[in-house]
Amino acid sequence: MALWARLDDVSVRYGPKIIVQNLSLDIVEGAITCIIGLSGAGKSTILRLLNGLKKPDSGRVFVQENDITEMRERDLIELRRTIGFAFQFSALFDSLTVGENVALPLREHSKMKDQEIRKLVSETLDSVGLAHVEERFPAELSGGMVKRAGFARAVITNPKAVLYDEPTTGLDPIITHVLTDTIVKLRERLNGTAVVISHDLESIYMMADYIAMLFEGAIVAYGTVDEIRRSPNPIVQQFLQGSEVGPIPI
Amino acid sequence: MKVLEDAGRGTTNAFAYAGGVAELFADALRFIVGLRIRVGATVDQAYLLGVQSVSIVILTSLFTGMVFSLESAVQAVQYGVGNLVGGLVAFTAARELGPMLSAVVVAGRTGAAIAAELGSMVVTEQIEALQSLGLSPTRMLVVPRLLALLIMLPLLTVLADIISIIGGMWVAGIYAHISQESFITSARSAVPFEDVLKGLFKSAVFGVIIAIIGSYQGLRTRGGAAGVGKATTGAVVTSIILIFIFNFALSYVLFAH
Repeated sequence: MALWARLDDVSVRYGPKIIVQNLSLDIVEGAITCIIGLSGAGKSTILRLLNGLKKPDSGRVFVQENDITEMRERDLIELRRTIGFAFQFSALFDSLTVGENVALPLREHSKMKDQEIRKLVSETLDSVGLAHVEERFPAELSGGMVKRAGFARAVITNPKAVLYDEPTTGLDPIITHVLTDTIVKLRERLNGTAVVISHDLESIYMMADYIAMLFEGAIVAYGTVDEIRRSPNPIVQQFLQGSEVGPIPI
Repeated sequence: MKVLEDAGRGTTNAFAYAGGVAELFADALRFIVGLRIRVGATVDQAYLLGVQSVSIVILTSLFTGMVFSLESAVQAVQYGVGNLVGGLVAFTAARELGPMLSAVVVAGRTGAAIAAELGSMVVTEQIEALQSLGLSPTRMLVVPRLLALLIMLPLLTVLADIISIIGGMWVAGIYAHISQESFITSARSAVPFEDVLKGLFKSAVFGVIIAIIGSYQGLRTRGGAAGVGKATTGAVVTSIILIFIFNFALSYVLFAH
C-alpha cells in the first residue's frame, strides 16, 4: 500500500500540556482514514501536522515522501495547495460571498479567466449539493450549507488529499448522512486521499477505509472498520459502546 | 527571587514582541517590494481605515486648533505680538499637532478595528483557512492595511493641519480680533514647506506603527472573545505609546538639528 503521509514518533506540546506523544500513524493513499478519540485528545492537531500548520516538537512528518518537519513556510505554502482543509466551523471568510470564498484559491493561484472560475465554482458547489448560493453570504446559510460550502472551497483546486475536521458535528442525522455521502463522492471524484476527524460512529462506519483511535496522545488501535469493531482493546470497546465503565476515565 | 523571575520573563516577552513585530514588518515589506500587492483590497482598506476616519479627525483637529488659539491669541495681543499667532498655530499644527493628533485618533479607531478584525479571524480559524489555501495572511491582510494607512494617514494629517489652522484663525478673529490676512501672512512666514513635509513623514511612520501593531496584536490573539478584547486594547495602548516615543525621536532627528 502506498502511503500519502506518515507521522513518525511525533510529539506536540501546548505550553506544559502534552497533546500528542510519540505518535506514529500511516495515512494510506487513496483511502479514507478516520481518526476517532475523546474530545481534546489531539485529533485536530494531527490534521494541522499533516498540512504543516503545526510543527511537531519532536518526530518527523512526511507527506508524499517529503519531510515537511523542517520545511520553510514558502515551501509549505506550495504543499498546502495540494491539500484541501475543511474546518470544523468551515472558517468561511464572512466578508466574502460563498462564491467569492470558493473562488478565492483559484483567483490567487491560477490564471483562469473570471468566466471559467465562475463556471467551476458553480459546478463545485453543485457537486456538494449547493446550487445558486454564490451570491449569498456565509451568515445567510444554515449549518449544513456552510459545511458544504467549506467542502467546496477545500476541493475546488482538485487537491491530492482533503482533511476534514469534524465535518458532521452538531448537525441533524439527515444532513450528517448527506455530508458523509458527499465526502465519499468527493474522494472518488478527486481520486485522492481523505483524513476525517469525527465522533460520529455511524458516519465513520459508512465512509472509513481505515480507522485510527487516539487516546492519551497516542494511537491505541488502527485497522479497517471490521478490525476496529472487533478490537479486543478495552479502550476501543468502551469508546465504541459509549460506556462509562472501562479504562477511559470520565 | 520572584521579582527577578518576573523581570526576566517581562524582558524576554518584550524582546519576543519586538522580534515578532519586526518579523511581520519585514514580511510585509517583502511583499510590497516584490509588488505582490492586492490593489482592490488596499483601496477598500483605504476607504475603511482612512476615509471613514475623516469626520473624527476634522472634529478633533478643529477643536484643538481652536483651543490652542484661544489660549495664545489673547495673551499674544496683550504683549503686542498678535501678528505671530497665525505662525504659532500653523507651526505647531504642521510639526506636531497634525501628525500626532491624527495618529492618536486613528490609532484609537483604526488600530482597534484592525486588531479586532484579525483577532476574530484567528479565533474563527479564518487565518488558518487562509494558510491552508496556500495564502499568506501577511500578503492578504496585513499589506493592504499597511499600505492604506501609509497613504491615508499623511492625507488625514494634511486635513488636520488645515482644519486646525482654520479653527485657530476663527477663534483668533473672534477673541483677539486678529485679522485673517495677518493670521495667514504669519502662518505662511512661520512654516517652511519643508516642515510640512517632515510632519507628513512623521505621520507616514505613525501609519506604519498603527497598521503593524494592530495586525500583530490581532494575529497573535488567543482564547476566544476575551482574547480579541485583549488584542484590541493592547493594539491601541501599544500604538499610542510607540507613537509618542517615535514622535520624540523623529522630532529630535528632523527638527532639532
